[in-house]
Amino acid sequence: MQFIYEKLLGGKQGAVGFFILAALILIVLPLFLDMFRLNLVGKYLTYAFAAVSIVLLWGYGGTLSLGQGIFFGLGGYAMAMFLKLEASSPENTAIQSTPGIPDFMDWNQLTELPWFWLPFHSLTLTIILILVVPAAFAYLIGAAMFKRRVGGVYFAIITQVIAVILTVLIVGQQGFTGGINGITDLRTLNGWDITTDSAKLIFYFLNAFLLLGVIIVGRFILTSKVGSLLLAMKDKEDRVRFSGYDVANFKIFIFCIAAVIAAIGGAMFTLQVGFMSPSFVGIVPSIEMVIFAAIGGRMSLIGAVYGTLLINFSRTMFSESFPELWLFLMGGLFIGVVMFFPNGLAGIWQSYGHYITRYFAFADKFFPKEKTNLPQLNTKES
Amino acid sequence: MLSHAQSICSFKLKSLKAGILALAATASISAFAADTAKVNTTGLAITDDTVTVGILHSLTGTMAISETGAQEAEKLAIKQINESGGILGRQIKIIQEDGASDWPTFAEKSRKLLVKDKVAAVFGCWTSASRKAALPVFEKENGLLYYPTFYEGLEQSKNVIYTGQEATQQILAGLDWVAKEKKAKTFYLIGSDYIWPRTSMKIARKHIENVLGGKVVGEEYKPLGNTQFGSVINKIRLKKPDVIYAAVVGGSNVAWFKQLKAAGITSKKQTLLTISVTEDEVLGIGGENLEGFYSIMKYFQSLDNPNNKAFVKAFKEMWGEDSVIGDVTQAAYLGPWLWKAAVEKAGSFDIDKVVEASRTGDIELTTAPEGYVKLHPNHHLWSKARVGQWNKDGQATVVFESELIEPNPFPKGYQ
Repeated sequence: MQFIYEKLLGGKQGAVGFFILAALILIVLPLFLDMFRLNLVGKYLTYAFAAVSIVLLWGYGGTLSLGQGIFFGLGGYAMAMFLKLEASSPENTAIQSTPGIPDFMDWNQLTELPWFWLPFHSLTLTIILILVVPAAFAYLIGAAMFKRRVGGVYFAIITQVIAVILTVLIVGQQGFTGGINGITDLRTLNGWDITTDSAKLIFYFLNAFLLLGVIIVGRFILTSKVGSLLLAMKDKEDRVRFSGYDVANFKIFIFCIAAVIAAIGGAMFTLQVGFMSPSFVGIVPSIEMVIFAAIGGRMSLIGAVYGTLLINFSRTMFSESFPELWLFLMGGLFIGVVMFFPNGLAGIWQSYGHYITRYFAFADKFFPKEKTNLPQLNTKES
Repeated sequence: MLSHAQSICSFKLKSLKAGILALAATASISAFAADTAKVNTTGLAITDDTVTVGILHSLTGTMAISETGAQEAEKLAIKQINESGGILGRQIKIIQEDGASDWPTFAEKSRKLLVKDKVAAVFGCWTSASRKAALPVFEKENGLLYYPTFYEGLEQSKNVIYTGQEATQQILAGLDWVAKEKKAKTFYLIGSDYIWPRTSMKIARKHIENVLGGKVVGEEYKPLGNTQFGSVINKIRLKKPDVIYAAVVGGSNVAWFKQLKAAGITSKKQTLLTISVTEDEVLGIGGENLEGFYSIMKYFQSLDNPNNKAFVKAFKEMWGEDSVIGDVTQAAYLGPWLWKAAVEKAGSFDIDKVVEASRTGDIELTTAPEGYVKLHPNHHLWSKARVGQWNKDGQATVVFESELIEPNPFPKGYQ
């Protein structure tokens, strides 16, 4: 019990925050939103996976990745490939020159399914690949860079470059990938119509539970010894190295975990939105994911979810109400948060929460007198 | 100040005139302006005197520059329809959404328009990618989309009316013309790398090789947004094709034509035929950079007929003297009019009935700026193909005009 409380929920403050978030996305939003809006929230929550992964990687690991879209995209594409194969049964594609292959392959004069599409006939294999491919890819990138002690700005730039390369590859190889259009028109999952309202509701809750699960896993990692080491590395990497730890391995580990989390988000995105396109792989979405985390507070797993929801809700609302002006409003929001609340939404709660709760008896419990319960290394110069 | 006051005056006069017109029209229509329950059995956003439609184009992002003209034309058409009495006695109200040059946003906003706003029709989308993203939503929610861009074909949805040309309509007549007039035998194909140029080039190659007995001496695709055409231009110099056949899109065009000119490949020595340059693109490229080259389109702003003169005048009155009108803008203008004709034929706003009416093959517009158009049961338009030669001022001189061409989105022998 103590283990669960301290390690998975992060103590009293963490537990309260976690249950408030769970109540919001599992009870409040489904009760008060209609199916259309709820489906939109479901879509936003898939971005939240990427934002949470960035909190782990950047906020705690100190390594900024400007390429989380790569992994979001890999997960999304893997799921889309499975759904597309199912949608391209010979009966559905009878008008094509080669029935039984996805429509865009037919338009590009392909006559048989490329080999790397074959595993996606099986749902089990697809789910395994959604988890394994991003992790393996992240391991390759991470090993190539962290082992050579490439970090900081250089790492950010290289991840960005990889995002661009992957986009160019997907757009260029349109016979294999659907090109700029992406993989569209996905309708069923093992014969089950995923476009109905009931399916959307099920995916919403599946998505919400997965997200909460990911947050618990993230908490567990951060409160474990690995978490302490990550924080130590972020502050004084050399000292950790001189203490005998292989810094690169820990960075690779957290990078792989972040990749898998983003990929789960991508797969859930495909299921809920019904298509996948290269516009989720490139630089712009990758940077947006960092913005979600930054707005939410880059040291807070839960804050990242709120940040994602705030930005995406604002984007939808602003663009519906002011189709000509909404980008300026979004810009204003970003600048405002960064100027006045450099620690994001989580920072607002930390700095101003006690003004709200000080009138209540339980205020001390939320904002204990000692600064923080995060593990800290003694970083004083000796 | 003065001009402002004048414009207010003329606006008032105009709206007064429109009001009278509308009154007269309503009076004459009200005889069959059936009550709302009858013309709207599926719960669309229709009241006794209004009907709501959606406009969904990119107002922001890279596509905004291309899509602005389309949404302006749709608003003009809707304004004119309202002034002449609306549809079934109802004035059209517009809900505009921004697709933001982002395909998933198009899907999200389509859903919003259909599910939340219950619009009776949507005029929108521009790129194939945005249409492909929105298409499943329209099919699922049973909406009606009027899509204005010339595109690759290979699609025919119950829920979409395609008001631009599909690939064979645009391509074949132009190739025949260049083979006959310019005695062209060898062709060099170049395009941006995505589905529309690739499909178009596939059709062009089959036509060149199988029908015209010519030869394709090169075929190249460059990534979207590419600005380096040096290597292609060198290959073109080496192969000396009779015709460069181009489908380079968007911003790449500026680099493409400037680099051609810098390399000394001008219309004096080289015939170039493009299927992707309209007046809108010329604005960015600069008329001097493609003077003498040819475009194949169904519409040019300079078309000399009374319909087009009235259209250009009305467009400039509404959107400013400097506005240019390209092929897609004109096709977008047809959308609301085709919808009006189909609704009136069906006597109902119900999507299924409007689609059924559209499929009869009787929906036609005699007032289209491009001339006469007719809606084919396959949801595409019968239209003419025209070859225009570009002038320094950014306008084209039409040098060839085909007969009405039947739309054929799934061309046999070209796949």
